[in-house]
Amino acid sequence: MVYQILNQSDLCDYYSLNENPGLNQRIKVRKDKFAFLDDEKIQLQLVSFRDEKQMHITFYLPQMHCSSCLYLLENLYRLDRGVVSSKVNFTRKEVDIIFLTGKTSLRKIAETLTSIGYEPYISLNDLKEKRPAIDKSMVYQIGVAGFAFGNIMLMSFPEYLGIDASEKVLLNVFRWANFFLAIPVLLYSALPFYQSSWKSLKHKFLNIDAPIALAIIITFIRSAYEVISGTGGGYFDSMTGIVFFMLAGRILQDKTQRQLSFERDYTSYFPIAVSVVKEDKEVPTALPDLKTGDTLLIHHEELIPADGILTKGKAFIDYSFVTGESLPVLKEMGEIVYAGGKQTEGNIEILVVKEVTQSYLTKLWNRDEFKNTAENKNVSFVHLLSRYFTYIILAIAAATAVYWQLNDPAKMWPAVTAIFIIACPCALFLSNTFTNGNILRILSRNHFYLRNAETIEDMARATHIVFDKTGTLTSTQQQDIVYEGKSISTYQLQQVAALAESSNHPLSKALVKHLGRAKGIIVDNFKETTGQGIEGVAGNDRVKLGSYHFVTGKTATQPGTAVFVSFNNDIFGYFLFSNHYREAIPSLIKELKKEYHLSVLSGDNTAEKETLQKLLGKKATLLFHQKPEDKLQYIKYLQQQGEKVMMIGDGLNDAGALKQSDVGIAVAEQTNNFTPSSDAIIEAKQLSKLTRFISLCRANRNIVIASFVLSIVYNVIGLFFAVQGTLSPLIAAILMPSSSLSILLLTFGSSTLIAKQMKL
Amino acid sequence: MSVIIILLIASISIAGLFLFAFLWGVKSGQFEDDYSPSSRILFDDKPSSETKTV
Repeated sequence: MVYQILNQSDLCDYYSLNENPGLNQRIKVRKDKFAFLDDEKIQLQLVSFRDEKQMHITFYLPQMHCSSCLYLLENLYRLDRGVVSSKVNFTRKEVDIIFLTGKTSLRKIAETLTSIGYEPYISLNDLKEKRPAIDKSMVYQIGVAGFAFGNIMLMSFPEYLGIDASEKVLLNVFRWANFFLAIPVLLYSALPFYQSSWKSLKHKFLNIDAPIALAIIITFIRSAYEVISGTGGGYFDSMTGIVFFMLAGRILQDKTQRQLSFERDYTSYFPIAVSVVKEDKEVPTALPDLKTGDTLLIHHEELIPADGILTKGKAFIDYSFVTGESLPVLKEMGEIVYAGGKQTEGNIEILVVKEVTQSYLTKLWNRDEFKNTAENKNVSFVHLLSRYFTYIILAIAAATAVYWQLNDPAKMWPAVTAIFIIACPCALFLSNTFTNGNILRILSRNHFYLRNAETIEDMARATHIVFDKTGTLTSTQQQDIVYEGKSISTYQLQQVAALAESSNHPLSKALVKHLGRAKGIIVDNFKETTGQGIEGVAGNDRVKLGSYHFVTGKTATQPGTAVFVSFNNDIFGYFLFSNHYREAIPSLIKELKKEYHLSVLSGDNTAEKETLQKLLGKKATLLFHQKPEDKLQYIKYLQQQGEKVMMIGDGLNDAGALKQSDVGIAVAEQTNNFTPSSDAIIEAKQLSKLTRFISLCRANRNIVIASFVLSIVYNVIGLFFAVQGTLSPLIAAILMPSSSLSILLLTFGSSTLIAKQMKL
Repeated sequence: MSVIIILLIASISIAGLFLFAFLWGVKSGQFEDDYSPSSRILFDDKPSSETKTV
């Protein structure tokens, strides 16, 4: 089908560009899925620009994966004549489309995209205020600082090397040029330091930026004074240089993974609109406009957006998203269905009893605790270190001032200002930002993505690790199946497989995968009872597969998840399903067990308690039947005991716990997949390296301290000249870049070396 | 030695030009997506029977 569309429009190059284009499986999309895009109000909130003729829209297309996609999407105007232009941003997986409203519509474009395999992902999140543009101001600032630094260095050479007395005029020109070049650095490039120190002072906390801002300002004033009075050249080169290096460090540290989102809440999972049934018609309605008492039509494979009562159809809801329970749940008419579940078989109708923002699931996010988390965050040890440093410098400055006041008052100010110039904690700042930046880079190369640099320290501090079970310890894609009961022949197993093949139920699919495809067995009279089981004549026998109740007609409790099987009403036994643990888990747990308290929280039943206890050891805490709220409370309880909790989870059901914990790590099968809001995202395959990741984060602190010691050596040399009031521009000009560069080398070198030793 | 002053003015204005080019490049988003432009250049524009409507 895709080929036909492409062929008509002469886009067959698509297939020659890449060896395996169109890798993604296409899911059939319901005809009216994008009907809501015809709604004026929704349109208004989605488009970035519109007038009578044109509309600009940005679609997020998660399926984009190769250069062929790029080619196809940028040639969209050949598929839809109304499209004026389409421009792809591959890093963000977005396409910006400009189209003529007279010739096509938003809905048509969305449908065209879907027909060629790129279904736009439109979620409730898009309805919120526009995302703030990426802040580029720091890049501008470093550009200006670099420009000034380079030129000032060049023009300071006469100052370093001395100049002929006859050319004194020239020297003055150079000095004034430096002065003017340094002004934009003082007023513009150094802004982030002023802002940050002002903010911290307002909170009555002295962070590392405050002494740095002070040093920048004092250096400028002292230098300006020297230039204006004609007594010297000042230290503009040192000042601009240090601003440049520090901005570089900060940019490196703050460079986060733009294609990943750490801030997802339920709105990124929920659809933007649902079909509301009004007088027998389907009306697409935006989610925030839903009211209690509305009747929703939930189609096959759609998410239920609000808590409600089932009024029509048989619901077979997959809550794995919310609870971690791996199997769909059957709901009869009149029962309450909670938001967040996915309907898996057929269409249902729901009467809304609670609005979207009031539902059981979304309430998790609206808790008051989460609204002001920034304040009680841990303070980085770097700030504490810099505080001691600042006090010492102040003490030295005071002592020097007193000494010169008594002996030679004229020398007091030069000496005191020189102390501040030479001994700002810039080196500490540099070593911290560059080490953090490099560690973030090393970790992301290993597909472990941290939200920001503070997470490194939080990782190193953790004392208790809490795992979610489903999807984290176990893989959602595989299950272990064991048969128990009367001996069963290979032919009979084939019969079972043949029967199971006719059903779409996850357990049937898993059975087929386990038993292998049946050859040559024809199934007749196939009948499926939703939520119960399947039956049919396979070969010559009547085979029944399903729950104990379905197969035997009796009611009894089942041992875990089991599928019973009978041949011609003779009960043979059952297939026991258990979660498949990821390969790396046992060895990982074994290593973690030595140093950490471990806990496992599971939304599932207790069927696997023994296996888990054996795996985790006797000291570990295992809790089952945990609702999202319970998980959160457990984390809170641990924190009240003074533990620093690292939570590792995957689904929406862990979202509250991930947010509450000190470090929340979301596990994703692929980084493109959606993960709940967290501090870090790890690819499932990389879980085995977790212990090494943690030790790298711990090494961070040692590296910063080591380079800090080095910087103190430089500071002592500088102070030796400064207290005597003999700090010449040449000494400053040598000390500043050499200390900065050697610290860069030390931090980069040692963090890379440690990572190499750990084989990361 | 006034030639040095001329050189100084020339060098700073050239450096300023580069600074401007850099700021302009950042502003126009040149550094944001480093994958698409490099592949985009490889696509041939086939002569189309209809011209694009702008």
